[in-house]
Amino acid sequence: MEADSKPKKSGARLCCVCNQNRAALKRPKTLEQICRECFYAVFEEEIHQVILENQLFKPGERIAIGASGGKDSTVLAYVLSELNRRHNYGLDLFLLSVDEGITGYRDDSLETVKRNELQYGLPLKIVSYKDLYGWTMDEIVKMIGLKNNCTFCGVFRRQALDRGAALLKVDKVATGHNADDIAETVLLNILRGDIARLSRCTSIITGEDGPIPRCKPFKYTYEKEIVMYAYFKKLDYFSTECIYSPNAYRGFAREFIKDLERIRPRAILDIIKSGEDFRISTTTKMPEQGTCERCGYISSQKWCKACVLLEGLNRGLPKLGIGRNQGLNSDGKKDRKRDSRTPSIESKQCGSLEF
Amino acid sequence: MHLTLEFGGGLELLCESVKIHNVNVDLPKGADKLSMRDLLAWVRTNLIKERPEMFMKGESVRPGVLVLVNDCDWELSGQLDTTLEEKDLVVFISTLHGG
Repeated sequence: MEADSKPKKSGARLCCVCNQNRAALKRPKTLEQICRECFYAVFEEEIHQVILENQLFKPGERIAIGASGGKDSTVLAYVLSELNRRHNYGLDLFLLSVDEGITGYRDDSLETVKRNELQYGLPLKIVSYKDLYGWTMDEIVKMIGLKNNCTFCGVFRRQALDRGAALLKVDKVATGHNADDIAETVLLNILRGDIARLSRCTSIITGEDGPIPRCKPFKYTYEKEIVMYAYFKKLDYFSTECIYSPNAYRGFAREFIKDLERIRPRAILDIIKSGEDFRISTTTKMPEQGTCERCGYISSQKWCKACVLLEGLNRGLPKLGIGRNQGLNSDGKKDRKRDSRTPSIESKQCGSLEF
Repeated sequence: MHLTLEFGGGLELLCESVKIHNVNVDLPKGADKLSMRDLLAWVRTNLIKERPEMFMKGESVRPGVLVLVNDCDWELSGQLDTTLEEKDLVVFISTLHGG
């Protein structure tokens, strides 16, 4: 459905970069009117510059792209493999997907990832909740209902991605979090008083002290441009809301960000800037990072959240680890400091975005 | 006026999971042209079968829904005031679904 040949409308304007082709979109970041070809070029080049300036990758590294089949990770896989070729990054790229076991949602989106595997020639690894934890999300929801299910899913996904990355023996995981996501998370962390997350949610690389760092090459990339890029390039992505996700609180923040963007598109980058420039008072107690006594995963508690939740599921006490009552961790309390403001994951509606 | 409307990024779920609609939209009474403002009202009445708030806010699309007229961002053509012509292609894509 090429419309380029159509007679120009009265208001048709030329691209402000090449001055030759008809402009196809208005860039939210710069308000420039730009044609399709010039858009591809600046979009890719800006991501390349972000990768260079922040030294996201080193030659020879193995990189897993966290792939959900959605727009962001699909565009990320496409652009990274393109840049890797064009600029000789020397990276071994892989697609890494998590199968939460959600019929009618994840099984369909995984089909998209499997097509991406062929389209982009990137090896795909899928790790499933069933294999890692013995439970699918469908089974978990059957047991606990639709309340708090996102807590389970979010906690499990974070670990699943790390475990999959370890299986692939990669040096780093790249995720598709975009500028809108990050601005939204800055706001959410302020709204929740979650200082620990506020201070790290704007970092372009996280977990450098842990086994497998994560990076966000789209940190400064607007969602609008990602979707436009996917549309113009006809990239194959999946877009259905998770059938279990109410996503209420994050939904409000998201809508607020979109409203702001309409009035002043710069707002998104400015919120990220605000998040970066926060100075956390040195007297603020931060949760101490340790390791889970049971599985060895990073944890600020005796057991990591996944082990507590899993224990609850397996003992038929799914409320364990939900809310303020820390369940297993409250008995046999060790010396580990627990600030009353230690983030309660309960308030987190959906774990698909983690920082 | 004959138009092709395309819904993507999850918006198709609001119109019975049909992505492409070939439609015939009448001009508003007394008007000699059709604007995007008119078209949105028509779409809301005639195509959107559920959760219209996922598609519209006020008289415009909900923020986060991208609109392209003949593959051109409607922010370049005057948004609601964009005038449509016979056989135009109008695409609506939600950016709000999934990642």
